[in-house]
Amino acid sequence: MQQQPSTHAPLLDLHQLRKSFGSHEVLKGVSLQVTAGEVIAIIGASGSGKSTSAALCESVGNVPDSGTLQFQGKAVDYHPRRLSWRRAAQLRNLRSQIGMVFQNYNLWPHKTVLENVIEAPLKVKHQPRAHALERGKELLASIGLADKQNSYPSRLSGGQQQRVAIVRALAMEPKLMLFDEVTSALDPELVGEVLDLMRALAERGMTMLVVTHEIGFARHVSTRTVFIDQGEIAEQGPSGQLLSAPANERTRQFLRRVLHNNTASSDLAL
Amino acid sequence: MNETSDLSERILAYLQWLSAYLPGFAHACLIALQIAFATILLSWLCGLVGALAKTSSYRLLRWPAEFYIWFMRGTPTLIQIFIVYFGLPQMGMRLSPFVAGVIALGLSSGAYVAEIVRAGLKAIPRGQFESAQALGMSYSQTMRDIILPQVTRIIVPALTNEAINTLKNTSLLSTITVVELTLYTQTLIAATFKPFDFYIVAALLYLLMTTLLSWFANWFEKRNAFYH
Repeated sequence: MQQQPSTHAPLLDLHQLRKSFGSHEVLKGVSLQVTAGEVIAIIGASGSGKSTSAALCESVGNVPDSGTLQFQGKAVDYHPRRLSWRRAAQLRNLRSQIGMVFQNYNLWPHKTVLENVIEAPLKVKHQPRAHALERGKELLASIGLADKQNSYPSRLSGGQQQRVAIVRALAMEPKLMLFDEVTSALDPELVGEVLDLMRALAERGMTMLVVTHEIGFARHVSTRTVFIDQGEIAEQGPSGQLLSAPANERTRQFLRRVLHNNTASSDLAL
Repeated sequence: MNETSDLSERILAYLQWLSAYLPGFAHACLIALQIAFATILLSWLCGLVGALAKTSSYRLLRWPAEFYIWFMRGTPTLIQIFIVYFGLPQMGMRLSPFVAGVIALGLSSGAYVAEIVRAGLKAIPRGQFESAQALGMSYSQTMRDIILPQVTRIIVPALTNEAINTLKNTSLLSTITVVELTLYTQTLIAATFKPFDFYIVAALLYLLMTTLLSWFANWFEKRNAFYH
């Protein structure tokens, strides 16, 4: 059933992904194609399954119960529960090409900022130490944190930690970046610096899948917005169109609730 | 006046008499420390393997680990020592008292260390593991570079406690003819009939060794607390 790699294939192709936790079905068959260069915002209420969809792209922590996942035209051969050595190696290869940034930054507290950034290039890509260090310093300089390279993460603000987490993923030179509610844990005044960095990445052509509550970001930066409701994609389309004139009644209701609460803050951040 | 100088003379004479036995005690302490050192290393190895196996998603690893911890924690250490030293020769395995003692104590303490390590693993937020996995790191890389360094820092106090227990438990090996501090003291008492004096000396020497051990652990804990 494996499809041949093709130049026309989308970068990432999710087909009918299903996932249950116990008796609770979180994803009821989600299909999504991501083309290189796209910036896709995934919006939806909490518990709608939007974060699970993002996590399943990397199969971190969980693998889908059913459905297929293709990356660069190649099917990812995971098997629910039991992973053989070969499948595990294939998954590691997939993960090394997809960067993921989490809500709680998840920097490693016992390593300095620079050590956080060079760990995976050294251990996974087996880059020479000098090269990894040089590249790591460049990346930190590019986000204005060159002076923090020898600090431990606990000495940084939440916004700085999250930007380091983004740079840590970028150090692997990923083909796709996943952002899972990366501003949700931040103090409001720190949200802007993280969104600015993400926007700069989008402008440089990075393919991005952004699970977010920031409707302003979806509107101004993403090319396409996907609304997930109750484990299904309820509506998707060009961001401007979907967010200003949603066709689906559930999308309208959701946007009315969210915009009522935070239009001001998220639009100001941009 | 006369009385106090008489008393200090008597104390001096007593200490002089006691000091004659100090080289022997020092040697006995050294044996106890050697046993403790080897036992602690073995228990850490057993504990690490046991904890990783018990938290594994594979039943074939989990079940033996669960049995090991259940058995070792549920039976007296003294019986375990007897099984290894007196029992195994019956099966054709003759071990020296020292080696048998270290194996029995190490396996016994290892079960407790396994539970300590497991608690440490549970204390690390899931996100630490997931962020390493998301970058493509393997299980062993994630454990060695990301998780275990953090676990170590958390479990130092509990490990110290267990190491102190192990050091004290070396006295159990007096029952299988290892001439460590306790058996040395007993043989001395058999020759001198001074149980009060020499048991007090033994107790003070154990106290000295455990105190040094906990000082070292405190120093280590402080040295590694820099990033929080």
